[in-house]
Amino acid sequence: MTVGRILLIVPLAYLAIFFIYPLGSIFARSLGSESNFGFEPFRILLNDPYYLGRIWFTIWQAVVSTLLTLTIGLPVAFLFARYEFPGKTLLKAVSSLPFVMPTIVVAMGFTALFGSQGLVNSALMSMFGLDDPPVRITNTLTIIFMAHAFYNYAIIVRIVSALWSNLDPDLEGTAKVLGAGSVRTFYHVTLPLLLPAIVSASLLSFAFSFTSFGVVLVLGGPEFSTLEVSIYELTAKLFRLPLAGALAIIQLGFTYFFLLFYSKFQEQSVARIDLKPRESTSRCPIRWREKVFVIATILLLLTLLSPLVALVVRWITLDGGFATNQMANLFSDDRGSYFHLSPITIIWNSLRFALITVAISLIIGTIISYSITNVSRRWRNLADALVMLPLGVSAVTLGFGYIIALGRPPIDLRGSWLILVIAHSLVAYPFVIRSLLPVLKGMNSNLREAAAVLGANPTRVFLLIELPLIAPALLVGATFAFAVSMGEFGASLILVRVEFTTMPVAIFRFLGLPGAANLSMALGMSCLLMVVVSLGFIAIERFRYKGIGGF
Amino acid sequence: MPLLSVSDLQKAYNGVPAVDGVSFSAEEGELLCLLGPSGCGKTTMLRVLAGLDEPDSGTITFDGREINHLAPQQRDFGLMFQDLALFPHMDVFGNVAFGLRMQKLPSYQVRRRVEELLDLVELGNYSHRKVHELSGGERQRVALVRSLAPAPRLLMFDEPLGSLDRALRESLQSQVHRILKEVGLTSIYVTHDRDEAFTMADRLIFMNHGKIIQTGSPEEAVAAPADGFVARTLGFKNILPGVVLEDGLTLKVNCPIGVLSAVKRDSINTPAGSAQTILIDEAVVAISNDSANEINSFQGVITERVFRGDRYELRVKIGEGELYCHAPLESPEVQVEINQSVSVYVDSQAIRFLDGSE
Repeated sequence: MTVGRILLIVPLAYLAIFFIYPLGSIFARSLGSESNFGFEPFRILLNDPYYLGRIWFTIWQAVVSTLLTLTIGLPVAFLFARYEFPGKTLLKAVSSLPFVMPTIVVAMGFTALFGSQGLVNSALMSMFGLDDPPVRITNTLTIIFMAHAFYNYAIIVRIVSALWSNLDPDLEGTAKVLGAGSVRTFYHVTLPLLLPAIVSASLLSFAFSFTSFGVVLVLGGPEFSTLEVSIYELTAKLFRLPLAGALAIIQLGFTYFFLLFYSKFQEQSVARIDLKPRESTSRCPIRWREKVFVIATILLLLTLLSPLVALVVRWITLDGGFATNQMANLFSDDRGSYFHLSPITIIWNSLRFALITVAISLIIGTIISYSITNVSRRWRNLADALVMLPLGVSAVTLGFGYIIALGRPPIDLRGSWLILVIAHSLVAYPFVIRSLLPVLKGMNSNLREAAAVLGANPTRVFLLIELPLIAPALLVGATFAFAVSMGEFGASLILVRVEFTTMPVAIFRFLGLPGAANLSMALGMSCLLMVVVSLGFIAIERFRYKGIGGF
Repeated sequence: MPLLSVSDLQKAYNGVPAVDGVSFSAEEGELLCLLGPSGCGKTTMLRVLAGLDEPDSGTITFDGREINHLAPQQRDFGLMFQDLALFPHMDVFGNVAFGLRMQKLPSYQVRRRVEELLDLVELGNYSHRKVHELSGGERQRVALVRSLAPAPRLLMFDEPLGSLDRALRESLQSQVHRILKEVGLTSIYVTHDRDEAFTMADRLIFMNHGKIIQTGSPEEAVAAPADGFVARTLGFKNILPGVVLEDGLTLKVNCPIGVLSAVKRDSINTPAGSAQTILIDEAVVAISNDSANEINSFQGVITERVFRGDRYELRVKIGEGELYCHAPLESPEVQVEINQSVSVYVDSQAIRFLDGSE
C-alpha cells in the first residue's frame, strides 16, 4: 500500500494549495489584519438586519425549492422505477439533462419562456390582443423556485429511482399478503426502505439551492439575493473583502453540515442496491389508473423540459430571423464582438479548459476514491464529506479565495488560464468521486484475489480486472467533469481575464449589453452550450451501470 | 515427507482468533476435507494457505520450502471461492484462459487447453457465453475448470457448491471428485455438509472455534467421534450428558432419560462421579408397544414422526430427556402415532462414551 500512500500526496497537495490555502486566506482576511485582529466582520454581519435577512432568505428559499423539487421528482422516480413504456430510455436520458445544464443556460431558458418577451407572453399577447405581458414572474420568487426545481429534480429522480427499481417487489407483495393495503404498504414498507435515498437526494438538492448563484443572479433581481450572490456583490462590486470572507465562512459552515448528513444517508442508500435485477421490477401499466399516471407524469416531464425548447425557439425566431441567419451571426466576427473576441475563440476556450479539467479531475478523483475505500468505516463519512466539500463551497467563494490567495507571491497565477482550470477541477472532481465510489465499494474483492491466485501480479490485477470494471464509472465521471467545466459560471465570472472568457461568462456579458444582436449572441451561445453538454450525456447513457453516476 | 505441512498456525482478526494453533499435513494426491460450522476458521485457513492473508505465527511448508511470505500469484495454488468470483467482464473462455495467460502460454496452447477443459465439464459450446447468461451449475463448472486450468499444485475449495439444489450438488460432487482423482491433484475442500465430505474426502479434518478437533478417514471418524461436536457434525442425534453412578464391568450412568447400563471400554476412564458424554446410534434403538421392564428399557411418548422414505424417524420423550430412533414403515407390531406411548430399548453394547465434552 506504500505506492498508494505516495500517490495520495498528489491530491492532498493539490487540495492543500488550491482549496484549503485560499479558504484559509478568506478566513484570515475576515479576521482582519494583525493590528486589527478580531471577529469584527462577523459581529458586523450578525448585527446587520440586512445580512441576517440574507441568511434567513437563503435557508427558506432552499427549503421551499427542495419541497417543490421533491413534489416533482418523486412521481418521476416512481415512473422510471416501476413502469415500462415506449421511449423510456430516451426520456430517461433527456430527463437528467437539466441537472448538468449550466445554470446560465437554465436561467436563459426560463427567460426565453416566461420573460416579458418570452414565448408564453408573446403567445398570450397575440392571442388575446393584449398590450402588456400578462405573465410577470421574472424577478419574482416564483421563477427562482421553478428554476431550482427544474435544475434539481433530476437529482431526486436519479438517486431515488436507482434504489426504487432495485427494491424487491416481493417485499411489497409480502406486506399485501400479510393484510396491508396499498397505502399502508407504501407507508410501512416502501417509504422506510426508500427514506435514505430520499433524504440524501433532498440534502443534495437543498445544498445546491442553498448555494445557488447563476439562477438567482439572472432571474431573481436585486431584492432576492442569496448568501452566494451577496458574497459576489461584496467582492466584485463593493470591495468589502473582510465581510465577504466572513459571509463565505458562515456559508461554508452550513454546507459542510449538510454534506456530512448527505454522505451518511448516501452510504445507506447505496448499501441496499442490487437486491433484484432491474428488469424484473418494472412492467407495462395495465389498469387505467396506472395508464393515467404514466401519461400524466410523462406530460409533466415534457413540460419541465419546455424552457430548454423555448431557448432554441426564441433564438431562432428572434427578430423574425431564421436558423441559418442566427447561426451566421453567432459565428461572424465582423462586428468586432464582445471585447474583440470572436465567438470561435470563446468556444475554443471553453472546450480546452473543459478537457484539461477532465484530465485533472480524473487523476485527483480516482486516487481519492481508492483512498476512501481503504479508510476504516469510522472515518469514511467524515473523509467523504471533506473531499466533497468543494462541491458545497460555492464557486464564488472559491474564486474569491483565489483572488486573495493566488494573486500574490508565493503563488501568483493572476493572468494565467491555469487559475481557471484549477477552479473548474475543484468543482468537478467530486463528481468523479461520486460516480467511482459506489463501484469501488461494491466491487467484489474476491475478483482481485481470484486473479492473484491465478497468477496475476498487482499491476495485471489492476489492468485486467479492476480497470475494465471501473471504466464505465470513469467515463461517467469524466462526462460530468466536462459538463461542470463547460457550464461553470460563479468562479469564472470572478477570475476570468478577457482573453480567456468562457461561454457562460460571455453569455452573461452579452445579456448585460443592449441590442438584439447581443441578445441573439447570448441565446445562440446558450443553445450551443446546451447541445454540447446534452450530446455528451446522451452518448454515455448506455455505458451506465445501474445506479452509478449522478450520485 | 508430506507435500504440504502446516504447523501451529495462528491468525486473528482484530484480536479475535480465527485460526488458533492449527497443525496438519497433506500427502501428494490426497483429498482433505475441512469440516466444521460457519465461523469455525475454515475459510481463514484457506485464505492463509493461498497467501491472501498472512499468518500471525506458525509455518506453512510446501514441497520442502517455507512459503509464509510468498505472494499468492507466486504459489501455483488454486482457490475456488464460495461466490465463485467469475470475472463479470469476460466470457467463459476469458475466465478459463486467465490463469494460462498469466503463465504467458502461447495463444494456440491456451485455446487448446481451455477447449479441452470445457469439454471435460460438458461446456464445450459455452466459450463465448457471458458469465451472467450461465445457470448456477454452469457457473460452478466454469469456476472449477478455471481453477484447474493453470494446473495448480494444490487446489482449494471454499464451499463451492453451497448454493445449489440437492440433485445438482450431488452430481457435481461426484464430477469434481472424479476429475480431481483423475488428475491426481492434492486438494483441500471446505464444507459444512457431512455427505459432501463423505463423497469427496480421503481424510476429514474437523474444525471448531479455530482449532482442529479430530482428523481421520470418514470410517474412523464415524467409528470413534472425538467429542459431541464431531458426533453431531457426523449426523448423530442421540448425544446425552451423563454422570457415572457405578464403575465396573457394567457401568451405571445417570442421564436425562434415566439410568443406563453400559459395557465398560478399556480405552476410556470412567470413575464413579465423573461426567461423560454418551452417544447412542439411533439405528440401534429398538422400539415396541410393550411396557418396559428390562434393563435399558424406557417408557416414553412419541413427540415427532418424520417420514424418511424407507422408514420413520421418531423423537421420543423419555423422562427429562429424549431419544431419536427409527421405525419401519409398516409393522404389525408397533404403532407409531404421535402421542403414542412406547417403550424404547437401548442395547448396552451400543452405548459409547466420547472423549471430550459435549
